[in-house]
Amino acid sequence: MSENVAVIGVGHSKFGSRKDVNIPELAWESIKPALDSANIEQKDIDFFVVGNAGVWSSEAAIPALMAEYADLAPKGSMRVEAACATGNAAIRVGYQAIKSGEADVVLVLGIEKMQESPNPTVIELIGRFGSYFWEFENFGLTFPGYYALHGTAYMMKYGATEEDYARVAVKNHYYGAKNPYAQFQKEVTIEKVMEPKYVAWPFKLFDCSPITDGSACVILASEEFAKDVEDKIWIHSQGVGTGTANLSRRSDFTSLESARYAAELAYKRAGIDMDAPYKYLDGANVHDCFTAPEIIAYEDLRFAKRGEGVQLIRDEQTYIGGRIPVNVDGGLKAKGHPIGATGVSQAVEAYKQLLSKAEPGRQAEIKHGRWLAHNVGGTGHYSYVTIYGLEKLKK
Amino acid sequence: MDEKLENHIEQYGFPIVPDEKSGALQWIDMRELRVKFIISVEKIKPFFEGLKEGKLLATKCKKCGRLFFPPQKDCPSCRTDEMDWVELSKEGQLETLTVLFVRPPSFANYDPYTVAIAKLDDGPRITAWLKGDPTKARPGMKVRVEVSKRKEGYYMYELVPVE
Repeated sequence: MSENVAVIGVGHSKFGSRKDVNIPELAWESIKPALDSANIEQKDIDFFVVGNAGVWSSEAAIPALMAEYADLAPKGSMRVEAACATGNAAIRVGYQAIKSGEADVVLVLGIEKMQESPNPTVIELIGRFGSYFWEFENFGLTFPGYYALHGTAYMMKYGATEEDYARVAVKNHYYGAKNPYAQFQKEVTIEKVMEPKYVAWPFKLFDCSPITDGSACVILASEEFAKDVEDKIWIHSQGVGTGTANLSRRSDFTSLESARYAAELAYKRAGIDMDAPYKYLDGANVHDCFTAPEIIAYEDLRFAKRGEGVQLIRDEQTYIGGRIPVNVDGGLKAKGHPIGATGVSQAVEAYKQLLSKAEPGRQAEIKHGRWLAHNVGGTGHYSYVTIYGLEKLKK
Repeated sequence: MDEKLENHIEQYGFPIVPDEKSGALQWIDMRELRVKFIISVEKIKPFFEGLKEGKLLATKCKKCGRLFFPPQKDCPSCRTDEMDWVELSKEGQLETLTVLFVRPPSFANYDPYTVAIAKLDDGPRITAWLKGDPTKARPGMKVRVEVSKRKEGYYMYELVPVE
């Protein structure tokens, strides 16, 4: 048993259109720096987990492919899938393996090579991450469409505008421009976001996260193994929630119940006051697969009261220096969203931020020593909220 | 096989093509996978029979009365499969909507369509295409469910604003 679990090493590939590498080569780009920064060898790893949704890419048996390319055989492994929360699901498996005492050191890799398929095929495949029969087969809902149903409901209920949603893209591109690993490293203006045609009203091109290739890797370790490691952070808690497949079985389209549930669990376990959790956190990564869900996440995570999340972005309270910096790595919006890698990439960001290793211009001030990651699969079909800390959790 | 690929096979000796943007060499998979799934509707057959007669049917647990739409065969509250088929009122209120401009290729033969969720007066919610001008649609607006035939010739239902 290990009461506490540490992140002792991280690696991150450049996200984007990675036509220059195949799947194992892309994986190695994050595995190698993760092993290096943890200062471990493959033989130290007891178990490895691969987060990979993978329906759009050629290879199916990814863990074995990694075992072969990265010298991880014959250690135990598993492939994990939870739609866009796949990366955090992989972290959960590693975290629990160490907590239970089954393993001391676990390598968690998140990887996705979405551009092995043409865009129309990817649109077709992602549309199936809801209830296939009642939503996709008969009504052709796309992924932007699922979230647009929420974006519209939020606008109509709370008076948010398309310009407000554009502000989220502007912020995330602003920070993406400072992140050398991001897919888009260019700032955008509200006018530029408002310009293109609609993808799924009210979302236009810049309201949507891109189709991305990328990998991210973290090395998790038990308290005993981590005790002599200098650069490390701790997993304070993790909450997981699940929603219904059909959106029509939800009672509300301005919030994700599974995310609220996961947040409550995570806050409770970490001893964080649910009335003002931002007072305990130095920053957060939230699942901004589209612009509107970032605002909804502010509320589901209680950074703002219901209906007031939009005011946070209007007042620039989620920039560095505001109430709580959010997605200062560019988020899914500008950093890119390689589905299986996203949750692991958020853990890499927590490590970099808490240890003050983020690139110039996007380093948050670390006062409380805690960082939150919110990773949603589907449209709240799966929600993971993970809280990372610089110090071990005080009981 | 397309001509471009054939040319490349001739040129490189392999199905290798430089990526249009980056120039990086890409192997084009020669094993095309086309999938079409076959989904059982045996246990919800009455739903389709009802639709043909213009009725919108849901299942209702005989024991606890819980109503299910989309219809499901089992009641997880009572752990029973003793269900009645009941007709839903086709009246309801619009809750949210979106207009799909970028469609999946399998919907390319349709113009941009509006997908909406409405709450029926009987309680359940329903997802369907919304007829009419989406710019005039607002949450809270009264809608009714109409059984209609799709372009492809089979029955489906849609939401229609009530004047």
